[in-house]
Order: sequence, then structure tokens, then C-alpha cells
Amino acid sequence: MKLTTFGDIFPKLSGAQGEGVKRIFGIFLLLLVVYVATAILNPNFLGPYNQENLIRRTSLFGILGIGVALVIITGGIDLSLGSVVCLVGVGVPWLIMDKGWAPWLALTMALVVPLLIGLCHGLLVTKLKLQPFIVTLCGLLIYRGVTRGFTGDQTAGFGSELKGLRWIANGEIPLFPGFGIPFPAIILIVIALLAGIFLNRTIYGRYLLALGNNEEAARFSGINTDRMITLAYVISSGLAGLAGLLFVLDLNLAQPVDFGNFYELYAIAAAVLGGCSLRGGSGTIVGVIIGTALLRVLRNMMNMAFLGFQRAEFAVIGAVILGGVIADELAKRAVARKLSAQKDRDRGSKLERLPPD
Amino acid sequence: MKAVSPEPLLEVRAMGKSFPGVRALNDVSLKLEKGEVLAVLGENGAGKSTLMKILAGVQPADEGQILMAGKPVEIAGVNDALEQGIALIHQELNMATNLSVAANIFLGREPRKRGLIDEAAILEKSKKYLEMVGLEVDPQEILGTLAIGRQQLVEIAKALSVKARVLIMDEPTSSLSQRETDTLFGVIRDLRGRGVSIIYISHRLGEAKELADRVMVLRDGENAGDLAKDEINHDAMVRLMVGREISEFYSRTIHEPGEVALEVRRLRTSAHPEHELNFSLRAGEVVGMAGLVGAGRTELLAALFGVAPLRGGEISLCGAKADLQSPEDAIRGGLALVPEDRKLQGLILEMTVRQNLGLAILKQESSYGLFLNEVREGEISRKMMAQMQIKTPSSRQVVRYLSGGNQQKVVLGKWLALEPRVLLLDEPTRGIDVGAKQEIYGLMEDLAARGVAILFVSSEMEEVLRMSDRVLVMHEGRLTGELPRDRLSEEAVMQLAIGNTIAA
Repeated sequence: MKLTTFGDIFPKLSGAQGEGVKRIFGIFLLLLVVYVATAILNPNFLGPYNQENLIRRTSLFGILGIGVALVIITGGIDLSLGSVVCLVGVGVPWLIMDKGWAPWLALTMALVVPLLIGLCHGLLVTKLKLQPFIVTLCGLLIYRGVTRGFTGDQTAGFGSELKGLRWIANGEIPLFPGFGIPFPAIILIVIALLAGIFLNRTIYGRYLLALGNNEEAARFSGINTDRMITLAYVISSGLAGLAGLLFVLDLNLAQPVDFGNFYELYAIAAAVLGGCSLRGGSGTIVGVIIGTALLRVLRNMMNMAFLGFQRAEFAVIGAVILGGVIADELAKRAVARKLSAQKDRDRGSKLERLPPD
Repeated sequence: MKAVSPEPLLEVRAMGKSFPGVRALNDVSLKLEKGEVLAVLGENGAGKSTLMKILAGVQPADEGQILMAGKPVEIAGVNDALEQGIALIHQELNMATNLSVAANIFLGREPRKRGLIDEAAILEKSKKYLEMVGLEVDPQEILGTLAIGRQQLVEIAKALSVKARVLIMDEPTSSLSQRETDTLFGVIRDLRGRGVSIIYISHRLGEAKELADRVMVLRDGENAGDLAKDEINHDAMVRLMVGREISEFYSRTIHEPGEVALEVRRLRTSAHPEHELNFSLRAGEVVGMAGLVGAGRTELLAALFGVAPLRGGEISLCGAKADLQSPEDAIRGGLALVPEDRKLQGLILEMTVRQNLGLAILKQESSYGLFLNEVREGEISRKMMAQMQIKTPSSRQVVRYLSGGNQQKVVLGKWLALEPRVLLLDEPTRGIDVGAKQEIYGLMEDLAARGVAILFVSSEMEEVLRMSDRVLVMHEGRLTGELPRDRLSEEAVMQLAIGNTIAA
């Protein structure tokens, strides 16, 4: 027997899962190409400082990407992530430094408020049947507006306080002299493992994938689809809050006007690059992380290798995503054509076997 | 006045049409005179809709000829049909409810002035056509704000605006009130007076009797006979609709039914809240639920399974009162529902056979109520694939690529894995080939023999007669009767399905 298709080689991964793995291979290849190209164009790219920074950024954006991926898998979207990052990122230093709150109280708020925000999004989407795009677009406007209003657009930061806490964002675990693993990478790995187990090893992850593909059939199968969708929004906002906290702990500076601006779009782009279909029902955590890394490396490349063109960063990222999605769609069509030809052949041979009437 | 042509206005000769696995039309002929109202009758699936879709250019015919005033014509698309003056008024209205009445009448044929839509001309012209159907309405009104009956009149006005000579109406009264129906009939008679010919499709025999100049009956995709105006009466129509020998009347092994498994008292569904439904189902019993399309059978099953809200009444499972708010509750109570549309409601098409088979039982088989038990999932899927004889290259095959019959077996398998006590089946063999049908019948028998109570909705008379121990018949939301197996006949079921009560 000749092994020709991916499904033959990895029979356990045929079907939708196989598609996902193929997708991850493709994007990982692209990541490698961009990575190597940048390293050749500017050897400083491989310097330990730059690498650490790249990993740190990828980790923080990866946390956002995982959250939004779960929402995208349900067939929804979360546009409010950047504003939640802003709300928490500005809110925490503002509460502690300006309002004199105890750090533990401010941190508790930083975790609880986003969860409540996600709960609201989920209930509006499932109970009132509002479109996720609208609900979270309003969220995008509201949370940023609230942050700017409360803080009077004042830049917030911890100054020289809270050095210990800030270590979880800017600290690192030394590997060898001059290079260490940034701690956020550890946080990302833990979250990614939990998310991966949730999506692939628990019944609720299976429910999420099922309802993303066909919500009605999932409901007819006894799945409480409303509860699952709401859960996805809660996780998404919760992770955005966590990321917002880490961002401000790392940067120590947050301006209400633009902190977290466009982050939702980076996260969505990473999820789509990583194999999440905006129609819902498919996506992998590994894919999202590779997608995030690709976006960060591209950005880094523009800054290091094409100095003077870095303002065109958005154009390059946009073109790469578009190219990736087009390539994927063409590949999918080729597969579908092959399969439907197969089906026709099967049906043809069956009809021939039917006795004449 | 020009001489009346001896040729009929519209003639269909030897029309044939096949779908995969089904011969929808076979050697069908039809004649329609100018200014004639022809009622076309037949059971569900007799081929009425297919024939009309062909005439309106929605589907191509495989064989046969269409003649207009004696001349053969080619109808390859909707525009060809319109050019010949044939217009179809769909059962479900097919209009843009967000646009004005006038805009709808001229949709796609807007008169233009200097490249822009000539609004004044549209308004002026639409008034004329609205008058022809006796509809007093401001043409600038948004269509969606009108009652359904009035929207339908607008659609007829639209058909007149393309100079339709043949108007095909598919179940036009299915969603109209009595008054709207009366208005529509007035319009139809008026149009007949103007020389427009009308093909009228309906399940309601009373309407055919009231309106038609002639009745044509289709049965199993063939002409079953015509009735001239003075021959039109209920019995004659029913006889033509059903008058087939049931070739393979099949005697099931009948088991003595056990305890009452499902009891429904004073149940009101949200689709037909005005009627209370009462019936019960015993363990090991196979009960068929017959009725015409739209009789409220699917809605009843959905209400039992907790998919659609109940408006009142009580459901008892095995003697205990059950509160079924959601499919979760229903499943816990031992119910299972194989829904009518397997692609929309039954399957996660992009998931594998194995994942679909496991979907409903995942929770029961999970570890700590949280983690997937892949081993059990594999065992269950192997067991159900064997029991259902699902033909698939592998359990990892994506369900989308399976044939209809095998897809249906996957849906059934998903539920049987749970070992339900009451199995609700909605059109269990729709759109699947004969072989798979036999296998599903066999499964239903096995399950009944093992004490499962089965309630199945079917629009296929043969299936109902063949598989049921007992038949419940619904008509427009109410139960019109119950037939035990020894009083079961096609004619008795049909009488109840059209709303008559029968003297047995």
C-alpha cells in the first residue's frame, strides 16, 4: 500500500484533526523561514537580549490569542480584548499608586472584573441572541472609555514599587550567562497546557468544537450550548485581564489612550493564522502560539532588517495573513475535490451493482 | 377576438425526473386550458412539487416535453418560464420583506431613467397590478409590515406584472387565515375570468372541491387519474390519491406491549397551543405518527424532547412525572430523538464517525465528569458501528463524506449507545436508499423486541402501515384519531390526515 495522504501516515489524525496538524506544519515552516531570513539579514536578531524580548512578547500576546481562539471556535469573536488589557493594565497601577489600594485588592479586581465582563458578553450573546461582533465591539468602546474617563487620561505606572511582583512579567530564569527564559513564557506554557487539555481531553472541549461546527445538532445531543459559549467568553476576557496585568508589570507604563490598542486584532490574526476558522468548530492551541510567534517575528524583522520600512509593518502582516488564508483555502478546495470525486466513484460503482428493475 | 386555439394553453408530455435513488416523476402528462383552475393533488412525495419546479424552470426535467399553445418550448431556467408566462408562487413566500411593495413587484426588472431606478414609473405601474388582485395598499409600504395573506397577493401581483398566463400556486393557503383564504379565492376566480390559468396545489381537499374546474392526481410520481368538475368529491379524490396495492405489506412480529413508558396528558405545543394532545406509548410498542406535512408532528416531538418549550400539560416517563426543560433532561429521563434533518440537527458534519457516535454519551462515560474517556469512546463506536452496520472506511472518517443512509445510522447509533427507553424518530428514512431503509426497519424491530417504546413520525404511507403496531394521526395541530393495527388502512389514515373523523 502506498502512503500518499497525510491521513494515511497519521491515521489517528485524519479528518478535522488532520487538517489542523497540516495547518500547523505549514505555518511552522513559514515561521522558520521568516526567522532564518531575519537572522541572515541582521545577525543582531539572534542576540540574547532580542531573543528574550521576542519570547516575552510572544508569550504575552499568546495568552490573548488562546483566549480569543476559544471564542472563535464557538463561531464567535471577541473584539474587546485590547480594551480589557487597557482597563486592567491602567486600572491596577492607578488603583494602587493613585488611589492607595492595597495591592492584593487591586489584583483581585484585576482577575474578577474581566471574568464578569466575559460573563456579560456570554449572556448577551446566548440569552439575548445579540451578535458577538456587536457585543464585543461595544465592549471595546466602553472599557477604553471608562478607563480614560476614570483616570483622566493620566499615564499610570508603578514607579519603583512592587519590584517583586513585576518579576513575574520581566523576570527570567537564567539558563546560561546572558540568556534566560522570560518568566511569562512559563505562564504561557502552563496556560497553553491547560487550554490544550481542556480542548482536546475534556468533554467540554469536545462540546465546544461540536457546537462551533453545528450548534443546533449539539443542542439536540443534550449539550448545554449556552453555558459552553458563555464559558468561552469568560475565559477570553479573563485571559485578557491576566495579559493586561502582565503587560503593565513588564512595561511599568500604561497610557489609557493607547494601551492595548489593536491587541485584539493581533490576537484574532494569530488565531486565524494558527488554524481557527472564523466559522467556528476548528482550531488548536499550538497553532495559535505559532501564529502569535510568526506575527512577533515579522514585526521584529521589519524593525531589524528593513529599517526605514518599519512603518509598513501592518501592510506586511496583513499581506502575510491574507496569503496564508488564501493558500489554506486553495488547499482545502483541492482536498474537497479529491474527496467528492472519490465519493462519486463509490456511488457510481454501487449503482452499477444494483439489479435492473 | 381571436379564435380559440384547439390546443391547450400548456401541455406536458411524458415527463420524467430522477433524483439519486428516487424516481420522482415517471411519464407524467398534464393539460391546462386557458382560464382553467386545475387542482393537483397527491400524497407527500407524490411528485407535485417536482413537477411544478420543472414548469417554473427551477429544476430541469430529465425527459419529456413542454408545449405552450401546441408549440414545444424549452424551459431551462426561471427566466425561460417567465418568458412563457409561467410563474410560481412559492409555499414560503420568496420576496424581499425589507423593500417596498412596489420595489418587490419590479425586483430585477426595474424601469430605469438615465441609469437610475425610475421610482415614479414603478409606483404608477404597481398600482395597476395591485388593483388587479384587489389589494388596497400603498405601494410604498414596506412589504414586511403587511400580513402574510396580503404579501401573497403582492406576489401574485408581481406574477401578473410579468404577464403570467399560467400561475402555479404551491400550497398557497398553508399559512393564511380563513378570511385571507376567502380573499385569495376571490382573486383566483377573478383571474380565471381574465383568462389566466391556475395550477393549484393543495393538501386540503375541501379547497380543491371549492375552487377547481378539474382535479389531477399524482401518485408515486405517476398520473393516477383526473376528475372532471362534476366528479370532484372527497371519496373520489382520496381513492385516487391512495389507490395503490401495498406491494410488500409486511407482517411484523408483534410483541405483547409492556408497561406504559411515555404518557402525555393535555400537552400543548408552542406551534399549536390551541390543541391539547393526549396519548401514551408502551414499552416494546412501535407507534407511527401520520399526517400531512405541517400537521405539527415534528413540533410535538421537539416539545417532548425539550427542544421547544411546552405551553402546558404533563409528560410522564415510566409512570413518574417528568419535567423536561431541555434535551439534557429528556436524555436523563431515557428519551432519545432522531431529528428530521440529520445534517442540520443530527450530526456534527465536520467531526468523525467516532466523535459523533460518542457525543451524547460522552458525559456518562467521562472520568470525573470532566475528562474524555478515549478508550470507552472507541469501544462504543466499534460496538455501534457493528450493530448499525455503518459502512465507513474507518471510524475516523469525517461524517460529511458518508452516504445519507450511513449518516442516518450514525445519528441512530449516537442515541442507541445511551440505551433509551423511549425512542422518538422523525422521518427516520427520509432521503436514504432502499437497502438502508430495510436495515433501519430491522433495527426498529429489534429495539421494540428489547422493550424500547418507539414513536416515529413518517410521511411515507407505506412505512407507517408496515411498521406500526398502532397509528396516531394528526391534522393541523390536533390528534384526529388513533388506529390499531387491525383497523389500519391507507384510506383510514388519509381520511384522518385530512381532518375527517372516520366511522370505523
